[in-house]
Amino acid sequence: MTQANHAAEHQNVVRFITAGSVDDGKSTLIGRLLYDTKSILVDQLESLSKTKHARVTSSDAGVDLALLTDGLEAEREQGITIDVAYRYFSTPKRKFIVADAPGHEQYTRNLVTGASQSDVAIILVDASRVDLKTSPATLLAQTKRHAAIVHLLGLRHVVFAVNKMDLFNFDEQVFNTITQAIEDLCQKIGLPQPTLIPISALLGANVVNTSSNTPWYKGPTLLAWLEGLDTSPASEKTGFRFPVQYVARQDGSASDDFRGYLGQVEAGSIRKGQKIKILPGNTEATVAEIYLGNGSTRDGSNNGVDSATTGDAIAIRLNEDLDISRGCLFISADDITPPSLSKAISADLCWLDSEPLSMNRKYALRHTTNTVGAKVKAIEEVLDVQTLSHASETHPLNTNEIGRVSLILQKPIAADLFDESQATGAFILIDEVSNHTVAAGMIRQTSSQ
Amino acid sequence: MQEKTLLDDHLDWLEAESIYIIREVVAQCANPAMLFSGGKDSIVMFHLARKAFQFGDRPVKLPFPILHIDTGHNYPEVIQYRDDVVKKTGVKLIVGHVEDSIKKGTVRLRKETDSRNAAQAVTLLETIAEFEFDALMGGARRDEEKARAKERIFSFRDDFGQWDPKAQRPELWNLYNARIAKGENMRVFPISNWTELDIWQYIARENLDLPSIYYTHQREVVRKNSLLVPVTDITPKAPGDVSEILDVRFRTVGDISCTCPVLSTAANPLDIIAETAITEITERGATRMDDQTNEASMERRKKEGYF
Repeated sequence: MTQANHAAEHQNVVRFITAGSVDDGKSTLIGRLLYDTKSILVDQLESLSKTKHARVTSSDAGVDLALLTDGLEAEREQGITIDVAYRYFSTPKRKFIVADAPGHEQYTRNLVTGASQSDVAIILVDASRVDLKTSPATLLAQTKRHAAIVHLLGLRHVVFAVNKMDLFNFDEQVFNTITQAIEDLCQKIGLPQPTLIPISALLGANVVNTSSNTPWYKGPTLLAWLEGLDTSPASEKTGFRFPVQYVARQDGSASDDFRGYLGQVEAGSIRKGQKIKILPGNTEATVAEIYLGNGSTRDGSNNGVDSATTGDAIAIRLNEDLDISRGCLFISADDITPPSLSKAISADLCWLDSEPLSMNRKYALRHTTNTVGAKVKAIEEVLDVQTLSHASETHPLNTNEIGRVSLILQKPIAADLFDESQATGAFILIDEVSNHTVAAGMIRQTSSQ
Repeated sequence: MQEKTLLDDHLDWLEAESIYIIREVVAQCANPAMLFSGGKDSIVMFHLARKAFQFGDRPVKLPFPILHIDTGHNYPEVIQYRDDVVKKTGVKLIVGHVEDSIKKGTVRLRKETDSRNAAQAVTLLETIAEFEFDALMGGARRDEEKARAKERIFSFRDDFGQWDPKAQRPELWNLYNARIAKGENMRVFPISNWTELDIWQYIARENLDLPSIYYTHQREVVRKNSLLVPVTDITPKAPGDVSEILDVRFRTVGDISCTCPVLSTAANPLDIIAETAITEITERGATRMDDQTNEASMERRKKEGYF
């Protein structure tokens, strides 16, 4: 952490995921980022040089950088990444949380896990495994699948790192050919103009340091790109959204008896004295007090704060006691685009469980802090990752498949579209027997029917 | 208070995330508890828990007890600290003693002075069963160790208390799924995303008290395999050992039999932040005797029920 010695108090946090097929070099890339930002400490390096990895073929400094993240015994045995590893490093400009996700198709659910918690995706493309003879060049199916998932999950920034350029002597022509294939892919799935960087994770080219081997490349290194990202909160597409997480009661003498509503501001902001609406039910109340973890004790006063904004974990008291429980949603009373109370929704699902989707069973749908029963009424489309087209034949989704479905709900939920608000537009399905989290859902359409 | 965006300060971001997770445990689980050892990570976690249920100047009532799995090999400063916390905050404390498991015969040590750290898992599982806890919050951080880095925030344990790293539940957005069947257990790690440096920055910012042995003091130690092994009743000098009195502090405080101090003259959190930022050795590498025995020892212990 020698780079972090400024101990900056005002750094922001960037969470990113590395995606791409197995053996594209994701773990090596992260190892390289950590190594070149001097985030690896001496004892970790020593332990690395003592460890064997089934996949090691390189003699780079005698150290296999992938081993920094492949920490499980089974991963060392097989030389692959099985589950997401989280790594942390900082530069004087930023703090980074890295989700190193596996590339194997059978572990796609772990990629979805990592992607749902990231703002940024680095999709690794192994140049040596792109078929350059076709026109346009043919990318691996896993590259396409991962790009599609990253897009479905609405990550704000995507970069394609074209890796192993050293195997082609950093040939500009090869990079251009691959660029064309990636641009083609992005157009198909609707990803806006992608960023592309030619790198060699193994040799460290254009990862943290610029490479003299790519004089034709004028863009930033991967790290410089990450440091330069605009991470100001996305221009808000919805007003105030506050799902009630927990109702805290203090039952004492009548004068001290109170209820407080705990939760996180998921969008917008709230002020003391503001009128809010409680969904479902449409009752109104006025915010009497707001307490904020980071404001309530640091300045010595404990009288609460005047306002809170997106991301704050707060406690709210209202001016009257109403029937409010976990799962209720507070919005501003004058919200001009309130969420719709929906009993039927259309959504994209990433199916994550080994047991396929059942049309006959009821699932628990968790949306914000609210849980309702749900059934899949129809499979509208299934995504074919080879062609990135929606197959005309539909079938109940299997593990790692992606499809558009319509769901009917036992009780209405206060939902926004996923593109408008991730917090009120995302959900998970839970199998009520196994308790497994079986699907990730993104709401694309709502209906009160 | 002036308006600000969360992204300005990573400590606010981490704090809000942790508070959300702690509240989620209370909302979803019927009978949770929070592990508390008197170490810096559990002190930060306990502070966050109090903030999560704080309403201004009103007394804070934590809706769960704290649980200490006591190996019996503690530094007195740490136990004193733990008991002071109980006195000051009125929190309910439950202690599970490894000594009791030894008496029952569920824990067997080869010799009396063996590390009791691994044995903690047995006592932990026995205490969970006795009190029927359905969720335990722990202060583990993903930056500590490779197996920790793979851990979900809500981590499922089967009815043998086991962690299966190959079959972890997908964890999406902040929609945590704490559903379990009877006998199963959730381990929840609210400070997963904090690093050692974050912990110290937060301790400085929030003015948190710590057991005194976190700061520089003189201690008799023996140098072994680049560790400074403290001379205590539990880790006495072996024949031929040469001890020295050195200025040291603990980076991590655990069972006496497996935690070592580091050379340091840091007397307060700011000194430690400066040291942590330039250290060349990880927290565990500098201090833990038990992790060095095998590349995968933490993973194996976790599979057996260790937190």
